[in-house]
Amino acid sequence: MDIFLLEAVINGLLLGGVVALLALGLNLIFGVIDVVWIAYADLVMCGMYVLFWLYAQEHWPLALACAAAIASVAVLGVLVHLLIIAPILGTAPINQLLATGGLLFFLQSFATLLFGTDFRNIGVRLPSIVLGDMSISSARLLAFAVAIVGAAALWVFLRRTFVGTAIRAIAQDRDIVGLMGVDQRNVYLVTSAIGGGLAGVAACLLSLQYDVHPFIGNTFGPLIFMTCVLGGLGDMIGGCVAAFVLSLIIAVGGYYWSTELSYVIAFTLFIVLMFVRPRGIMVR
Amino acid sequence: MSARGLLLVVWAALLASVPFVAPPYFMHLLIQILLWGFIYTAWSIMGRFGLVSLGHGAFLGVGAYVPALLWNYYAVTPWLGMPAAIVLAVLLGLVIGYPCVRLRVVGHYFALVTLALSQVVLLSIVAARDFTGGSLGLTINTIGQSWYAFQFPDKTHFYLIALALWAGGLAVWHWVDRGIGREALDAISEDEEAAAAVGINVMREKLRVTVISAALTALGGGIYAQYMMYINPETLSGLAVSLQIVFGAIIGGMYELLGSTIGALLTISLNEGLRVGFGTSFIGAANTIYGILLVLCIIFMPRGIIGALRGRGRRKPRRAVAPAE
Repeated sequence: MDIFLLEAVINGLLLGGVVALLALGLNLIFGVIDVVWIAYADLVMCGMYVLFWLYAQEHWPLALACAAAIASVAVLGVLVHLLIIAPILGTAPINQLLATGGLLFFLQSFATLLFGTDFRNIGVRLPSIVLGDMSISSARLLAFAVAIVGAAALWVFLRRTFVGTAIRAIAQDRDIVGLMGVDQRNVYLVTSAIGGGLAGVAACLLSLQYDVHPFIGNTFGPLIFMTCVLGGLGDMIGGCVAAFVLSLIIAVGGYYWSTELSYVIAFTLFIVLMFVRPRGIMVR
Repeated sequence: MSARGLLLVVWAALLASVPFVAPPYFMHLLIQILLWGFIYTAWSIMGRFGLVSLGHGAFLGVGAYVPALLWNYYAVTPWLGMPAAIVLAVLLGLVIGYPCVRLRVVGHYFALVTLALSQVVLLSIVAARDFTGGSLGLTINTIGQSWYAFQFPDKTHFYLIALALWAGGLAVWHWVDRGIGREALDAISEDEEAAAAVGINVMREKLRVTVISAALTALGGGIYAQYMMYINPETLSGLAVSLQIVFGAIIGGMYELLGSTIGALLTISLNEGLRVGFGTSFIGAANTIYGILLVLCIIFMPRGIIGALRGRGRRKPRRAVAPAE
């Protein structure tokens, strides 16, 4: 195997880790509340700006700034639910998708208002790991590791705690859960907070690799939705598999042709798979 | 002549006489409102029946780029380029629409599949950058005023063209609304299985509105490109554009004839007013307010402004949103 192809494959797998983490948070919200937060990638953008502001401009310690970024996106997630989703929870789901679409315009332009359209970065660059002729981004490796740990922690939370069980129960049947003595509203809030928190974690990891600008959400937002739907809603494992499949296509396609063309292939594959396996790739 | 017909003639005369009194800047705004009003109307032909597409950027992109590329590289007149683009857009609509209808991909799954479609078109345009100019956009070669090249440097011509286009769009909307298929489509958007059970050909009705909507949107994209003379993948096929089309139609009220036009009027004049009001000192301020208003509109007026004003207590259509089976 060509060494550069191998490098592309490895980078693809590592990219898959971050995509999987992002898809995990959205999957939770999509699966439990049955709402598409079309502005989910823009929450990540907000987290990246919080980190940039606290770390690069206010000179907070990096760990503290990361924690603050994660916490603020989690709060943002709760606010999104309380202010936008909760009032229209009973109406057609497409309304909720569109309301968060308004949020997308708001967040992007608000970020422009505060920070301008310049590309910013936090100035932390991790060294590349050189293995023979290959060079592997250690920022991506870190992101991959954190994504795996995050997914595992979420799995334990969903399986081993009462709230986690309630979340899974709601994803299965939201009406019956009320009869079991679970207050759906609280579960929705917790889910939104976790979904936001995961976006915050992803924001910290992405800040190590990419510059932040107000429209960064547009570049990877669609990819996250595709990953989520492709994996099957509420199916965390399927989501991870889909994340790796799509990322590999993008990385290897980028190696052979161009990045845009590899996205075209990935999205076309998504459309085709939606028709072949409408409930996700893992479902028979 | 009936009173109704007379009223139409008076309105047409009034609208057609605008270029002789309005300053160029207003002409530009009016043309934009008419063109986008036409595109929003084209979207609402599908949207009102529960087929909420986030992929109309794809049809716009095809509609704008095909004639522009044919003209720039092969000197093919837009009179042939635009029909070619429409055919291509319709094919694209069918390629996506047929399996969606067949496999009952509805609700927000439909929205996401169509979103993927617009991303495919967007990224294909960017990927073919040697040919299309990529994200830098494409400037259409000008030869001055010419019917053959569909180029009119003055605004009066384009205003009248946009007016005719818009009126044609409304006529099509009206035709679909009054047509026999409308009841069928309403029934489908309420409950697809029940509709099929009473003998409605769900497939044919859905594909019919998809084809009409895709064709009109591509036509709108083509005319828009000829007016702007500069096209850019992000401003035609980006996620923001597809969302903007949906918002315009919904805010105005997609169940009413003039709803989408009112939506275009409001969103464009709001955007423009905020831009003028805030100037360039606060880049983004206008869109911040715009975003908040969109959210509030969706929450408090899901039937749109005209729908809310009429408030005839018509039941809000419950759309089929069950996961694809």
